[in-house]
Amino acid sequence: MKILEISKSEYSHQQKLPSVRIDGLSHCFGKGSMRRKVLQSISMKIDPGEVVLLTGPSGCGKTTLLTLIGALRKVQEGNLFVLGSQLRNSSRKVRQQLRCQIGMIFQGHNLLRCLTAEQNVQMGADLLPGISYRVRRDQAREWLRRVGLEDHLNKLPHDLSGGQKQRVAIARALAAHPRLLLADEPTAALDSSTGREVVDLLKSLAQDQACSVLMVTHDPRILHVADRLVQMEDGRLSTSFG
Amino acid sequence: MFRFWQRRRIPLAWLLLTRQPLRLLVAIAGISFAGILMFMQLGFRDGLFDASVTVHRLFDADLVLMSPRSMSSISMSGFPRRRLVQSMAHKDVEGITPVNWNFLLWRNPETLITRSILTLGFEPADSLFLDPELSVKSKALNIRGRVLFDKRSRSEFGPVEEWYTNGKIVETELAGKRVRVAGLVSLGPSFGADGNLITSRETFLELLPSTPPGSIEIGLVRINKNSNPESVARSLNQNLPQDVKVFTKNEFIEFEKNYWRSSTSIGFIFSLGAAMGFIVGCVIVYQILYSDVSDHLPEYATLMAMGYRIDNLLGVVAREGIFLAILGYIPAYISGQILYALVRNSTRLPVAMDTQRASLVFILILLMCMASASLAMRRLIDADPAEIF
Repeated sequence: MKILEISKSEYSHQQKLPSVRIDGLSHCFGKGSMRRKVLQSISMKIDPGEVVLLTGPSGCGKTTLLTLIGALRKVQEGNLFVLGSQLRNSSRKVRQQLRCQIGMIFQGHNLLRCLTAEQNVQMGADLLPGISYRVRRDQAREWLRRVGLEDHLNKLPHDLSGGQKQRVAIARALAAHPRLLLADEPTAALDSSTGREVVDLLKSLAQDQACSVLMVTHDPRILHVADRLVQMEDGRLSTSFG
Repeated sequence: MFRFWQRRRIPLAWLLLTRQPLRLLVAIAGISFAGILMFMQLGFRDGLFDASVTVHRLFDADLVLMSPRSMSSISMSGFPRRRLVQSMAHKDVEGITPVNWNFLLWRNPETLITRSILTLGFEPADSLFLDPELSVKSKALNIRGRVLFDKRSRSEFGPVEEWYTNGKIVETELAGKRVRVAGLVSLGPSFGADGNLITSRETFLELLPSTPPGSIEIGLVRINKNSNPESVARSLNQNLPQDVKVFTKNEFIEFEKNYWRSSTSIGFIFSLGAAMGFIVGCVIVYQILYSDVSDHLPEYATLMAMGYRIDNLLGVVAREGIFLAILGYIPAYISGQILYALVRNSTRLPVAMDTQRASLVFILILLMCMASASLAMRRLIDADPAEIF
């Protein structure tokens, strides 16, 4: 896979820059008396190729932080650099282009119901410019093979098990050659052994691509994959282990 | 070519539609219904206008003289026959045929019920229609009280064709006087006239004694092949007195069509019917696309989170609209053809599919689908990628 090699070499160029740099980031929801601060001057850094796990009680602002890094929300206060782009006061166009370089894996897998596994993965590959349809399709098949689903190419999400769906979602996220992968409780809908498999797969594939990973999780069984563990409480980062 | 393969994407719009066959079927049925409605209404309207000139088209004439007081085929006024004779003075005029034109009451020979029938009176030796068959049959009109009956007249006039071809003598009452059918011709009914009769001027004047003998309703003029009908009509209009108007044959046909189009409510009613079809179709397509977008909102939001631009996604909805238009048009076109054949057989009106109407309805369906798609697109604005985590 020639394309993968190119993106890797490109990547080594920017090896020194952190994938994500957060500086005094705060975020509020609601207006007037209903205004509630969910993030309070957060600062952190994710280095290229690093796997960071973010844990904490529900409602502490983990998902909000993830959507901010994923360029899905406007930054209100503080500095947020993702893959070298400043996200404060960024335009719609900058955020859209940045999203193309970020892979996302959702709690509910969010596959397109009307597409087969192969087509779903190709929706990720279709974002890459200047590659012919056939090559993109072959890439999609290659990714499905890597996640162990080569026998399920033409199945609809409806016919796949929860673990298989989550693997398709991983293949889809990686097919766009992201430099940063964001995952929100990817194991929430899976049993413990499947969850473990999925996370191990995610980590090994991300490391092959030198892709940083930020994963939000409640699941204590998957903590072993982390290079670093970050804990969050009431909108603040409390502890972090190296 | 290479660019195409680079630009080719998963046909998301097509897959969204076809992976929900029931919804697609409902959508196609709705669009086809709207299309059929438009085909029927527009077909009736155009058929009516064409049918109003079935007899007009048959006349062997380059120019037609009419009284300026004549409004249409159902309200003809007379003008002096002298004017037609005067037109002979023009160097390009080669032949003339004076024609009397009126509606008379025909008694059905079987049921004895009377009904108004269009009767044309002309000199049997003159040329009336382009069809040369008539000149043979018109010899029979030299005897008084003989008429030629249009076998395509509506059946309410009685089984004249059947009786005549079986060798039975068909005699009945026309305008209170006895006439005998001396032959059959094939002309066709129009909206104004349910049936047609042709007779000699002599018989005509006998049937309608109140008509002044020097008065005719239309005058047919045939001109030199090499001359231009428009310029001859212009010079005749200038040289003849104001009590007569000269039309080319096309103008004569248009004049009649225009009466039905503008002076009656018929054109408006059928156009309104077509507009109703359009609106019904819009509502159906909007409902289908809106619920389709709503159902897939989390998926659209996922695509936005993956980095697809909002206009990529708007394009998906627009393409869904185009696919629906094409898929809905095909059954509408086929049903239209079938219904036109049914109408032709039962009403004998010249309703047929023509390219102009076929493309007009397609454009209307496409417009309908695109308008609905652009309304449904507003729902896409609600797709917030931040909400899906």
